[in-house]
Amino acid sequence: MAVNDISFNIPSGEIVGFLGPNGAGKSTTMKILTGYIPASQGDAVVCGLNLNTDSLAVRKLVGYLPEHNPLYLDMYVTEYLLFAAGIAGVKNPKSALEKSIELTQLAPERNKKISQLSKGYRQRVGLAQALIHDPQVLILDEPTSGLDPNQVVEMRNVIKNLGKDKTVLLSTHIMQEVEAMCNRVILINKGKIVADDSLQGLKNSSPSESLESIFRQLTSHVGNI
Amino acid sequence: MWEIFKKEIRSFLGSFIAYIVMGVFLIITGIFMWLIQGNNVLDLGVASLQVMFNIAPYILIFLVSAITMRSLSEERRLGTIEILTTRPVSDISILMGKYLAAVALIVFTLLPTLFYYYTIHSLADPLQGIDTGGTWGSYLGLILLAASYASIGMFASSLTDNQIVSLIISMVLCFFWYGVLNLLGDIKALDAIGKSLEWFGLDFHYQSISRGVLDTRDIIYFLGFIATFIGGTKLVFESRKW
Repeated sequence: MAVNDISFNIPSGEIVGFLGPNGAGKSTTMKILTGYIPASQGDAVVCGLNLNTDSLAVRKLVGYLPEHNPLYLDMYVTEYLLFAAGIAGVKNPKSALEKSIELTQLAPERNKKISQLSKGYRQRVGLAQALIHDPQVLILDEPTSGLDPNQVVEMRNVIKNLGKDKTVLLSTHIMQEVEAMCNRVILINKGKIVADDSLQGLKNSSPSESLESIFRQLTSHVGNI
Repeated sequence: MWEIFKKEIRSFLGSFIAYIVMGVFLIITGIFMWLIQGNNVLDLGVASLQVMFNIAPYILIFLVSAITMRSLSEERRLGTIEILTTRPVSDISILMGKYLAAVALIVFTLLPTLFYYYTIHSLADPLQGIDTGGTWGSYLGLILLAASYASIGMFASSLTDNQIVSLIISMVLCFFWYGVLNLLGDIKALDAIGKSLEWFGLDFHYQSISRGVLDTRDIIYFLGFIATFIGGTKLVFESRKW
């Protein structure tokens, strides 16, 4: 069992950082919230809809960027995004395409094949795919992993912009990222929530220490064994 | 479902699989029908496409497996399966979109062989000498047979994320259902058991439809066969949820 008795509630319009060491169950939780795998017990509810019973309806409201950003490398950017719009059931794919290209600033590379893009642009294609149907909720699994510092900053800005009118749940293990983007932090370790607080609240819990050492204290394996 | 269907067709055309499959099929059937001494249509002197309908099932075992080998295994290898299955499309419409695209490509591959039909039709003496009913029955049989292969191929490709493994599993299974069960029926010692095993094989029903008599039992057999393998594929596809 990868996650055990996790319970949290995200109001709309928040950017929540979902933290934890590798193998803590971040991705598993996200896979449950997006309907890729079902929860073996308990309920996951997104926008008032239960994933056990209304999985297809939930998927219309959720945009998902999986870990490692899987893409069809032999497709063109616009071709792929139109396909993504199609399977997301978008009524007007052309305008949805333009909007998501604008939001992710993909315009300079829009006519290329995905295999020709740099990692940063590939990540933007993945994000554009996730928001092509204008979802209320965005679930992003390590959206900035493997990007260079410039790309990281650009990606953060894009996500911060999106967070103004969407609920965003993003996973990461980089603390600066959380400080730069999130209103709230949920920290899990070995499948259990060890902290769930606003960013400020977490900092105030031990004011003398950096977020990184708070993270280490809460998730360190030493002492738990 | 149609979005997936369109994407698959574009990917067949873009990756040249479509052209290779069509080219290879036409070349091999062409060689057998017109070139091989003693066994070609002109030497046999019979106005029928039987030569093609005898050889095509074996060529299609390879070609159909090549078409379907990547359908699910590639999605798994790339991880894009996670994107497909978290979009508002049901698992069965993902599978049917992919399956129907493979079948469409097969039907498209068979289309140019209508030239063979026209040629023989024109060469026949008397002019209407070709067995029209038998030929159309054979075409229908061949399409149903290839559609059955495609369901096996999809199933094989759901089992692994390695395309080569998928290809080999698919070819072995196709050959078993087409060839091996049929051979068992010929073994005298097996007697009635052999005959009933033969009935389970694809060839028995393919031959039956090829005679130009549409027997609902054969049609139901093929549709049931396809449904069974697509059901199996769905089961494996959903095993992520267990």
